Amino acid sequence: MKLKREIPALVAAVLLMTIAYAAQAKDDRGFEIAARSDRTDLGFGDSEVELKMVLRNAAGQEATRALRIATLEKPDESVGDKSLVVFDTPRDIKGTALLSHAKILDPDDQWLYLPALKRVKRISSSNKSGPFVGSEFAFEDFTAIELNKFSYTYVGEVPCGDLTCDVLERTPRYENSGYTKQISWVDQADYQIRKVEFYDRRGDLLKVLELKDYRNYDGIWRAHTLSMSNVQTNKQTDLLYGDYTFDNGLAENDFVKGRLSRLR
Amino acid sequence: MRAFLLVILLAVLSPAHGGEVDVSGSVELQARAFWHDPQWVGQDDQALQGSVVAITEFRWRNEEGDQRASLIPYLRWDATDDERSLTDLREAYWAFEGDDYEVLVGANTVFWGVTESLHLVDIINQTDFAGDIDGEDKLGQPMVSLMLQRDWGEISAFVMPYFRERTFAGVDGRFRPPVPVDTDNALYESSRDESHVDFALRYSHYIGDVDIGLHAFSGTSREPRFVPAADGQSLLPVYDQIDQFGVDVQYTREAWLWKLEAIARDGVTHSFAAAVGGFEYTMYQVSDSSADVGMLLEYQYDGRNEFEPVTIADNDVFVGARLALNDIQNTAILAGFSYDVDTGETFINIEAERRFGDNWFGELRVRAFSGAKPGDTTYWLQKDDYVQLNIARYF
Repeated sequence: MKLKREIPALVAAVLLMTIAYAAQAKDDRGFEIAARSDRTDLGFGDSEVELKMVLRNAAGQEATRALRIATLEKPDESVGDKSLVVFDTPRDIKGTALLSHAKILDPDDQWLYLPALKRVKRISSSNKSGPFVGSEFAFEDFTAIELNKFSYTYVGEVPCGDLTCDVLERTPRYENSGYTKQISWVDQADYQIRKVEFYDRRGDLLKVLELKDYRNYDGIWRAHTLSMSNVQTNKQTDLLYGDYTFDNGLAENDFVKGRLSRLR
Repeated sequence: MRAFLLVILLAVLSPAHGGEVDVSGSVELQARAFWHDPQWVGQDDQALQGSVVAITEFRWRNEEGDQRASLIPYLRWDATDDERSLTDLREAYWAFEGDDYEVLVGANTVFWGVTESLHLVDIINQTDFAGDIDGEDKLGQPMVSLMLQRDWGEISAFVMPYFRERTFAGVDGRFRPPVPVDTDNALYESSRDESHVDFALRYSHYIGDVDIGLHAFSGTSREPRFVPAADGQSLLPVYDQIDQFGVDVQYTREAWLWKLEAIARDGVTHSFAAAVGGFEYTMYQVSDSSADVGMLLEYQYDGRNEFEPVTIADNDVFVGARLALNDIQNTAILAGFSYDVDTGETFINIEAERRFGDNWFGELRVRAFSGAKPGDTTYWLQKDDYVQLNIARYF
């Protein structure tokens, strides 16, 4: 019978639609949780912070760098923030600065300032997965924190410390990422990211990032200790942040390339 | 000197204006070893030659953040060649910054350009050729500059009331012509000599993946030509008046940087054009390591005649490779090879560097010349192949 033969196909189609619908719902929920987390940050305007970067190799040897980061918020979620990273130590690179105009899916615009020659050099931002100044943080870990740079899937909820966390799988939508996926833990009380696992191009666990010491600045949350552990090499990098200041009156003109040679 | 006094004055006044003076710097020991005997009469025949460079940076900014001052004395003492010893102020300025403009008075160093093998458009500062033959060491340029930042780009205007002469090796030193350059008796086309007021205008912006710079310059050429002294025992540098327009462009796409610098100059006897262009392509994290390997290819063209200042970059191909380990010590190696298509002259340049601990920095350079026949522009450097080790302590 003709109809009989069509029934399995019909069942399969309905089944597929159900799965697709369920997956869609899971994706929506994942995105909503990520968006809710991202939007707790909305309206911070601009921020400045000093931090120490502590690099530790497998043998436990340490090296420290001191840097400053200024950020200008672009409230529109289809446009990325602008940021300026300036190094104070090691002393041979003192004054070296990285200016980034983050994009969502297009490559970021980045300029590097080399103080020895007083040279401003536009650099390729396709080096997403390369190590940032020899640390366990990749360039994309610094710049790829825009909501729409990822697609999200809801995984479930688990206890995390004293809190309960929603677990999301997020997949980079931009090109040249070194990651096939990331798993992030977002708490249900303050909607902040507590932990991220990074999976390399082979799909193996590469790094674990823990975000600790959250403080609330009039409604804006900031983690003050970020520990990135490479589980494949046993190297670790800690970022130890000082106090943030917000609404410093920073403007677009503080994030133009010509500004780089006038920083000090 | 007026700029220097201004900064001293500011340093004295700064406690009244608030803000702090930030002091940093470095001391570097340089050892150069030459493996050929010198080519010219009078050159010191010691194979090993040493020098010390001390740089101190004093920087001040007021509490409001709209004024800053900088004072950077640069001292170099060379054990072999007095003419290579140098006292300079790389920076000695005061600047006032508004929201979208800046006024700067004093000596400053400014870099323009995009290419690696040659810095064709970088005309503001004089080259400290005695310091390094690669042309990247510069002397502080006295100036008054005004910068305007607009949505459509940045405009800078420079008025330069005093000219800095190029440094050259003395009679004892390497890297010199058969007779030394007499820097005490420079000649000028302008009757005002080094006090001729030079002007420059610069526009710089970016549109998407393209960074662009335009410039105009009118004044004393930073490149001298040479005439023999009356006694024939030295060469006198001659600094002519020139007008120059130039453009520098970089197109950044994925791992490719495409670069071009070009100038048109109304020179000593004629107008000519020169250009350098090419690409830099980087392979990131080669073989699953954290190292990057970059490859560079640039072509240099220069249309000047024999009456203009001599250039070696007239019809030359440069190929280079850059290895950056991206480790904690910032280990990097750059190897370059230049070939003159007309004459067959070649130049090899290898530079390796890394940090040691937190405050030490080491650099190794190897440079070698070959292929020049008598009359070629690099013939006088043929015996000056050398290896240089620099050890610097930063504070």
